[in-house]
Amino acid sequence: MALRRFALLVAASLVVLVVACGQTSPVPGTPRDFEETATLPRQMAKEEPVVYVYSSRHYGQVEAAFAEFTKETGIEVRFSFGKDAELRERLKAEGEFTPADVLFTVDAGNLWLAAEEGLLQPVESDVLAENIPEQWRDPENRWFTFSLRVRTIAYHPDRVVPSELSTYEALADPKWEGRLCLRPSTKTYTQALVANLIHYYGYEKAREIVAGWARNAAEFIDSDARILKTIAAGGCDVGIVNHYYLARLVREDPHFPVKLFWANQEGEGLDGRGVHANVSGAGVTRHARHVNNAVRLLEWLASEKGMKRFADGNYEFPVNPNLKPHEIVAPWGAFKIDPIPVYLYGQLQAEAIRLMDEAGYK
Amino acid sequence: MLSISWAWVRRWVHQAGSTRMGLDAWAVMAWVLAGLVLLPLLVVVRLALNPDPEVLAHLWRTRLPEMLGNTLVLMAGVGTGTFLLGTGLAWLVTAHRFPGREFFDWALILPMAVPSYVLAYSFMVLFDYAGPVQQVLRAWFGPQVGLPSIRSGAGAVLVMTLTLYPYVYLLARAAFHEHASATFDLARTLGANRIRAFWQVVLPMARPSLVAGLSLVLMETLTEVGTVRFFNFPTLSDGIFRVWHGFMQRDAAVHLAVLLLAFALVALLVERRLRGRARYVQETHSQWGIAREPLTGYRGLLATAFSAAVLFAGFLLPVAQLVVWSWKQLAGSGVALWGPVYARYVRNTWMLAGLAAVFAVLSAVVLAYGVRLRATRWMRLAARMATLGYAVPGAVIGVGVLLTLSAADHALNTWTRAWWGTTAGLLFTGSLLGLTYAYVVRFMAVAYSSVEASLEKISSSMDAAARILGASPGRVLWRVHLPLMRVGLLTAALLVFVDVMKELPITLLLRPFGYETLALWVWQDVSESLWENAALPALTIVVAGLVPVVVLLRSSTHRRSRS
Repeated sequence: MALRRFALLVAASLVVLVVACGQTSPVPGTPRDFEETATLPRQMAKEEPVVYVYSSRHYGQVEAAFAEFTKETGIEVRFSFGKDAELRERLKAEGEFTPADVLFTVDAGNLWLAAEEGLLQPVESDVLAENIPEQWRDPENRWFTFSLRVRTIAYHPDRVVPSELSTYEALADPKWEGRLCLRPSTKTYTQALVANLIHYYGYEKAREIVAGWARNAAEFIDSDARILKTIAAGGCDVGIVNHYYLARLVREDPHFPVKLFWANQEGEGLDGRGVHANVSGAGVTRHARHVNNAVRLLEWLASEKGMKRFADGNYEFPVNPNLKPHEIVAPWGAFKIDPIPVYLYGQLQAEAIRLMDEAGYK
Repeated sequence: MLSISWAWVRRWVHQAGSTRMGLDAWAVMAWVLAGLVLLPLLVVVRLALNPDPEVLAHLWRTRLPEMLGNTLVLMAGVGTGTFLLGTGLAWLVTAHRFPGREFFDWALILPMAVPSYVLAYSFMVLFDYAGPVQQVLRAWFGPQVGLPSIRSGAGAVLVMTLTLYPYVYLLARAAFHEHASATFDLARTLGANRIRAFWQVVLPMARPSLVAGLSLVLMETLTEVGTVRFFNFPTLSDGIFRVWHGFMQRDAAVHLAVLLLAFALVALLVERRLRGRARYVQETHSQWGIAREPLTGYRGLLATAFSAAVLFAGFLLPVAQLVVWSWKQLAGSGVALWGPVYARYVRNTWMLAGLAAVFAVLSAVVLAYGVRLRATRWMRLAARMATLGYAVPGAVIGVGVLLTLSAADHALNTWTRAWWGTTAGLLFTGSLLGLTYAYVVRFMAVAYSSVEASLEKISSSMDAAARILGASPGRVLWRVHLPLMRVGLLTAALLVFVDVMKELPITLLLRPFGYETLALWVWQDVSESLWENAALPALTIVVAGLVPVVVLLRSSTHRRSRS
């Protein structure tokens, strides 16, 4: 009798759970839909006006650009946010049943890895090819990028004269001892920058540079925004940050004292190779059910209007050189960008961390 | 399908009614549950068997020794800190009278509702070089004056002690309340002074509860990722993510997670040792609590000041910070942007936490009762192993569950395709079912230790009496044990509820597409350093966590204590 009641309680809880699942898990497409899409050729398949996006890029502001896309095309964009490694893991586990049509990330390394693991499909599109320079897309067209995030040197103009600054490498000079604020090695931003050094200088020389940075570090701070505020407060004089963090602080306070210096602009050879940039980009998943919508979304983001909207949402620089950046960052001046193929950041990422471990970079 | 299983359930329930089968049915049920909980852990261990040896060799050569050292330091620091703070405060409020005692009695639980990553970032923003505290210090005493960097092991120990001590406090307080009074009085009658009675009678009697609380704290410490990263204090669990996200080597990362499990196993063994064979059973329930000693004069003020300081640092300070930020955010564009989604986030969060709490407690009861009925060596071991999920970082559990569920899903689809020529899609992966399963795997220890502790306090002579009178084991559980365990069950449910509300990595990995929660919202903004934007959801987590705390307190303080 009592046990029966207990069993009923368990059963009731299970029923609640199942009902709850039915209500709230919006796994797109009924099994029937899936059968149809699987048997018909892709172009002929009728798609609901919706596209599902796995994204590791998570800003409230992003939604403005996507809302615009929905208004123009009638295609709704649904997001599920996550971390890159976990999103890839889930795509792999879901296989042909994945709900995601598009994978969006903020680091070239992650796009490269997703492509390597066979999670993305190639997209042949003239719109994408015309609007996105070759450096900023996969040679096999499995992923495309839309905006650039420049990682460069920030300094306090009261304590540093711009002429003292030149290259990332020069920050290893002992004259910066105790004056440098750095992001820890756990962040992909740092890893991509070190991967860049490895590509150009080789492992040994790159390690010397990184060890020099580590020696000069006043503090390792796991937040670019906090690095900028620490420079402003006098905790250090220079730091290496992504440009848009300063843009956000300047929006809040137009008199925010810290300035940016575009690194590696002048000089012979590697000294003038250009400032280091990473990307925001996306690819269509291998088992996407709304392929046409997914491609339309990418094409819209590559179009002049779409790209401008998207980049402005986070003060990033559009990859299409004909477009002007946001008015907050435009006055910071033009700059030359390092022409390195960005997928190398993915290839060299593990080596970069290994190097930082050996160089004593926290 | 459904009718078949119904019939089966009914037959099974019927059989379970008879005594002999009852024992077996409970044992089988407990075994099945333990198996389900263990399955993802075994999947994880299986992955760990083929790591890239080169990555591990590199780690051993470079960062791993430091990480192991940091892990030990953190466990020692947080363990000592929470033990002293939790036990000390619990004894202070249960056995003394001082100004504000009634208030602190329940208020000191509040820091539990603050996720440690929230306390970590408010401490960081307040106390680091650019923070207001040091700004003021420099303005008053000159530019050379400052605090030692908050980004350190000491900072991590401080923050984690402040958010985790309520685990010890809650269990110690309950132990002191419920079953220390009679023995304490007895010891006093026999001539022991209060301090001696506390050390020699009360503390040893409360040991199972204290050890249970402490082992929860230590497991939380082992798996904490956010705080240690904020404070640049890489531990073993941070290393796991370094390998997984950085080196992109999932299997080597899982290998480290198994190393972490070894730590937890040692902790569990120590716990067994500490609990020993001691079984303290309260045969009679005293209606009255311990006679409270009045603290007068400066001693009373000191007690008040100390309690207030802990409450301030662990709760009022971060909450005030969150309120200020939320206000700023709401005064700006916040309401228009987030208003519509806010209610949905809260609903989702409560739904997940509620489901997980119910299922974790149900499972824990079955498991603990199975052990009680069938206390074989293997049964005990299985139950212990089933609680190990708490010592594995959520993300690793997530991977284990993801692989388990997707294997089930793909098998199911192969099957339906072969029989009906159609596919069922993903039923388990990315559903609330799968997510709840993962939470139960992760938080079983939380529910189990509380349930087990309160079950242990019930004398087995009760079982014997009820059984002699003809009640089946199920009936004994329903009519005798569950009512007696009410507070323990509520405590278990509360702990799981709050834990799930704060939980991030499993939710991130296994939730239904686009199913957003408050913790996810906090994470998204914090990882972009948009602390102000994260304040509103963080505050909501704290406030929502207070509701079950209040419910629990109301039900646990029914028994009035004499003062």
